Amino acid sequence: MNKTFSLANRIALVCVAGAILLGVGPLFWFLIERNEANYFLFDRSLFAILLFTLKQALLSSIISVGLGLAAARAMARREFLGKTLLLNLFAVPQSLPAIVAVLGFLSVFGNAGLLPGLINTYGLTGIVMVHVFFNLPLSMRLCLETLNGIAPETFRLSQQLAFSDRQLFRHVEWPVLASSLPRIFALIFLLCAASFIVVLTLGGPSATTLEVAIFQSLRMDFDVGRAFSLSVLQIALSLALIAIAGRTLVQGSSQYSGMIEPRTDGISWVAKVFDYGALVVAALLVLPPMFAILVYGLPEIMVSFELLKALAFSVLIGGMSAILAVALAWSLSKYLTPLNTVLALSGFIVPPALLATGWFLLFRNISASVWLVIVLVVALNSLMALPFTVAILSEGFKKMGLGHEKLCAQLGLHGWYRFWWIDFQIMKTSAIQALLLAFVFSLGDLTAVTLLGNQGLVSLPALLHQQMGHYRSQEAAGTALILAGLCFAVAALAQKIRSSNDHV
Amino acid sequence: MITFENGLYATDGFALAINLQVNANQFCAVLGPSGAGKSTLLSLIAGFENLQSGSIKLDGIEATQISPSLRPVSMVFQDYNAFGHLDLWTNVALGIAPNLKLDAAQQEAVEKALDNVGIATLARRRPFEISGGELQRVALARILVRNKPILLLDEPFAALDPGLRKDMLQLVLQLQKSHRLTVLMVTHQPEEAKKVADKVIFVNGGQVRTAINCDDFFNSGDEDVARYLG
Repeated sequence: MNKTFSLANRIALVCVAGAILLGVGPLFWFLIERNEANYFLFDRSLFAILLFTLKQALLSSIISVGLGLAAARAMARREFLGKTLLLNLFAVPQSLPAIVAVLGFLSVFGNAGLLPGLINTYGLTGIVMVHVFFNLPLSMRLCLETLNGIAPETFRLSQQLAFSDRQLFRHVEWPVLASSLPRIFALIFLLCAASFIVVLTLGGPSATTLEVAIFQSLRMDFDVGRAFSLSVLQIALSLALIAIAGRTLVQGSSQYSGMIEPRTDGISWVAKVFDYGALVVAALLVLPPMFAILVYGLPEIMVSFELLKALAFSVLIGGMSAILAVALAWSLSKYLTPLNTVLALSGFIVPPALLATGWFLLFRNISASVWLVIVLVVALNSLMALPFTVAILSEGFKKMGLGHEKLCAQLGLHGWYRFWWIDFQIMKTSAIQALLLAFVFSLGDLTAVTLLGNQGLVSLPALLHQQMGHYRSQEAAGTALILAGLCFAVAALAQKIRSSNDHV
Repeated sequence: MITFENGLYATDGFALAINLQVNANQFCAVLGPSGAGKSTLLSLIAGFENLQSGSIKLDGIEATQISPSLRPVSMVFQDYNAFGHLDLWTNVALGIAPNLKLDAAQQEAVEKALDNVGIATLARRRPFEISGGELQRVALARILVRNKPILLLDEPFAALDPGLRKDMLQLVLQLQKSHRLTVLMVTHQPEEAKKVADKVIFVNGGQVRTAINCDDFFNSGDEDVARYLG
């Protein structure tokens, strides 16, 4: 049985690889044509950018993973009033668009915010704070999944053996965490290193990352050679991190699926202070920007033609991107071969600015029709959403298992009939979940529209960005809340579908 | 009839040499230590694995290059014999046509097969709503509608309790006789083999030994057989 290259898989491979080649190729050709020789020129300024990229990503990851682990441990072994509410609130940042998070952060700590002057909102501090806002809940959730994956019998055995809290951590929790933490750290480091909108809005000349510098080289200076040098570094960095994180980036987590029993360890007052302290600090870092979005946005909600037009455009590109991302992910995630894995992660590996500029060069002689821009935005959004959709679908395929392979082969179930009667029926909840999350991702994404959009096409995040840039802060607050509400509602629906599926 | 001529299967440090002949309408038990290659032998016959060299003939036809669905073989696995999201009727009907477009006669055949294995009243239930024994009956019903002359059983009743196991074996024997099937059954229960099998195929030390009569096998005095039987 050939598990590697089905027709659908071949089509997906050609589409993804073709999109990348069509982006990188024209730029490379442009360099050769102009006889520019500086595309592998690594000067000091370039290393300064690399250093800042690593520094902000490292700081963001250390704080997110360190606090996330402490908060997860507290969540795993404590029962307290409002625990479920706190867990649900911590799930919100993952569905929020980056531009909304930036606005929420500025509403708290900015010059016109609730706590002006408390911290420097621009530069390293601001960037790290917003990255922690996004990634601390993510790291907490992943660590909590790992800790909840320990079977209750292990804790009963520890009780029988009279383990102290320290011994329990050393012999029970740490061995499980030690295998997950490097991957969680690498995932968060990768997300922070490739962060675009947060750095674009809160960074500056001395606080810029490779991703933003590539965009600036291409859009501001049109220095293709420099963009190439920066891209080589960005791609090398992403590949190194993916090598550390391994295939788990696109593979769903497997966890203990039985009942989670209440734990009886951590009864000393030191442990209690440590646990509740970690939860309070985590809550202080994550909750205020969310409440600021709600409090400032509620009185400012107004439905204008401008907003409806932006919403319609966002829904259109979001829907199309989601369908394309899921179709590609379906074909790539059934058998995660090394080639499929690398192409599934291309949204992480290849800088979007590089692809967008290459496509722009390729199509510049074609009249700039609205539909061409939409197609390119959809293609870029799909590639960027691909790692997340592949993660969901590969988890579904993993659950489905290969147990039916022999039976399907024996019954001659191939092609359409296999897809319709077997795979789709079993995988439809995962597919809908992936579709909704890809939709949320594209709905809130500003990167593709910033790189490829024109004046006539304004998505909801782009409208918010414009309003923030023109200091229309009241309108921006209303737009941010509508965008956040939409993204949260769709993400919550996806989560509900996942939960109901888990209980079947 | 199943014939292996100088068959060699090899993968990752495991090798299995096969020279074997099983006559039509025989019931053979496949015995041997764990990991010896009993399931591999069945997978080779069904077409899920391929020989590195040598040939397999099924009913006199060279089958090495034939895909699993076109071989004259049905196989019952230990698990995954039914699709969990489809009802029992549909699970059996898939054995006739993958597109599930069945004419009246074919639909009747599905109902008759379900009736033959004693689960006609459960036709509209889904696999998670029935017991383990009933689930294996679904696989047997599908074998009836597929109408293939060779039946391979890869420890299909290992997870069932002794009473149910006995009933299922009786049902297989009954189907073998009524449909004139050639059966190869992997089992870890020598007593079971004694009760139902005409011949025994012993798989041990990287070799599949020629099928011999049940009594001859248990009285052979062979060292390997004695060690296996304990």
